[in-house]
Amino acid sequence: MNADNTQDPSYDAKLPAQAGSVETMGTRQGMFGVSGTGDTSGYGGLVKQTVFPGPSQRPFGGWYDEVADALEARLKSTDLMGAIEKVVVDRGEITFHVRAQDLPFVAQMFRDDESLRFELCSGVSGVHYPGDTGRELHAVYHLLSMTFNRRVRLEVSVPDADPHIPSIVSIYPTNDWHERETYDMFGILFDGHPALTRILMPDDWPGHPQRKDYPLGGIPVEYKGGTIPPPDERRSYS
Amino acid sequence: MTQDMYAGSADTAEGKVFTVTGQDWDSITQGLDEAADERIVVNMGPQHPSTHGVLRLILELEGETVTEARCGVGYLHTGIEKNMEYRSWVQGVTFCTRMDYLSPFYNEATYVLGVEKLLGIEDDVPEKAHVMRVLLMELNRISSHLVAIATGGMEIGALTVMTIGFRERELVLDLFELITGLRMNHAFIRPGGVAQDLPPGALDEIRRFIALMKKRLPEYADLCNANPIFKGRLEGVGHLDLAGCLALGMTGPVLRSTGYPWDLRKTQPYCGYETYDFDVQTWDTSDSYGRFRVRLGEMWESLRIVEQAADRLAKLEGAPVMIGDKKIAWPSQLAIGSDGMGNSLDHIRHIMGESMEALIHHFKLVTEGFRVPPGQVYVPVESPRGELGAHVVSDGGTKPFRAHFRDPSFTNLQATSVMSEGGMVADVIVAIASIDPVMGGVDR
Repeated sequence: MNADNTQDPSYDAKLPAQAGSVETMGTRQGMFGVSGTGDTSGYGGLVKQTVFPGPSQRPFGGWYDEVADALEARLKSTDLMGAIEKVVVDRGEITFHVRAQDLPFVAQMFRDDESLRFELCSGVSGVHYPGDTGRELHAVYHLLSMTFNRRVRLEVSVPDADPHIPSIVSIYPTNDWHERETYDMFGILFDGHPALTRILMPDDWPGHPQRKDYPLGGIPVEYKGGTIPPPDERRSYS
Repeated sequence: MTQDMYAGSADTAEGKVFTVTGQDWDSITQGLDEAADERIVVNMGPQHPSTHGVLRLILELEGETVTEARCGVGYLHTGIEKNMEYRSWVQGVTFCTRMDYLSPFYNEATYVLGVEKLLGIEDDVPEKAHVMRVLLMELNRISSHLVAIATGGMEIGALTVMTIGFRERELVLDLFELITGLRMNHAFIRPGGVAQDLPPGALDEIRRFIALMKKRLPEYADLCNANPIFKGRLEGVGHLDLAGCLALGMTGPVLRSTGYPWDLRKTQPYCGYETYDFDVQTWDTSDSYGRFRVRLGEMWESLRIVEQAADRLAKLEGAPVMIGDKKIAWPSQLAIGSDGMGNSLDHIRHIMGESMEALIHHFKLVTEGFRVPPGQVYVPVESPRGELGAHVVSDGGTKPFRAHFRDPSFTNLQATSVMSEGGMVADVIVAIASIDPVMGGVDR
């Protein structure tokens, strides 16, 4: 039996990953993403990998290489070559995955280096990938260089069990509220933040609402004799 | 006189607490007595006519001087970003349009541009859809700036500015109603294009509006520009220089009032803005008056863009407004019936009576939606308040995996402290009005 005509999920996982091009972040089951209700299509056992764009190799093209060169030159002189875990170029946007403990150094460099000059930080946005084991919580920073008219993205991944990222409020003061929001919504702890409190949810709120394991909530609604379940319990197609 | 159950005073561990509802200043001045020379902490809002919606200000005062100013936000948090994760990509527009309710088209545009980039269909979106987006966004900029000026005027007692501001905004909302069917919360810009073509007669109405605005916009300049009271209240208030703006991530009119011409429509154009003729408005005073003048100037520029867009639309009659790819384009069609806008009877006849395949296609796309390849994008637009960007993440499913909005109101409101500390209480109101925060966008 070969991998082409089996529905055994474990077979797919044994296939060698296409190194250097894709990144698996979990799996999706069935053809229609429906569970519980009868999927009579015969594709209920289908398992598909959720595959994100993987690391890119040099040359990245255009000004991406200039930024990467400047970054590398600086990192080499400070013995922090491991600070950049990988670089992803996808859909015309470049993402630097930064090791959590080195974020303040890298951010400071992005802001101050004369060949980088990313003066403006558009804040931090959290993303929760439950399937990315050991690096479930991602903090995503968008930096803008007005001098060179460029944008880059910094991404920091930390495990759910130890969600600590150094704060960069001292480098980009605008991140004060953004880090509070990300803490509020995902529970990422920004070490060194001047006052890391909830900002949108009430102070005594339990849990962090934007995490994938946090339910949307809602109550069933009656309409013309029928009952419509809340949105997260409806039949849906993921 | 009946007893006001909310007014009164109480002693707490922190000191004496007064609840003030207006017209009762005497009860405080008498009640304070010997404590009057100590610091007073005033909780202003979240329900207060001068705080621009449900913004709570915590002001520490020494006499009339503000020594510390802090904001409390979150009163309008509705979980829009979370809700979007449970709806299809197209339904997401219906949610995000409700965030910053004074500039709904920008919320839609930044999200839709992100989804289109994820899908890789930017080049397939028809030209007419882009022109209509630009037209609606610039009309929206006018209506948003009108509210900024109107409410800002009202808060300093310039009630005429308020009444004429809302009078003109009403004209823009009438145009929105004519084109999209709704005055707010349009959900009109959709992945792949816009929901509908221009209705007949819309271009004439737009031209009439442009002609009228050219007569009415100078009224604002006549009322305010050289008005000594207006200038006295605004000049030098809420000062924030360029370095402060960049550190705090300020964009939009606040940044441009420092003289730095940063406008994403020029520097990182989208929707074909590079093909329109307009100028970036700046001022060099870094204060509230400068921000007022920037907004006033931007309304003129928006009017110029609307004029050009209307001319282009006149030449694009009958052109498609939605992408040709039937796997993405919304299959349902709307039409005006005898009882208003509703489902097109022709479309219903087609799917119910003529084509089984069309019915299946309609059903699949409307209930299940389309899939978007995994990845993440950030496509910001220049909203009336600054850089509005959506960080959209897809995991390959039919729903957004994550949609985070970097709202300029949220970011800019952080400048409240630095703009108002050391000034008078009355200047706090002017400083916040010059930021023009919209709490729906702040709290999402």
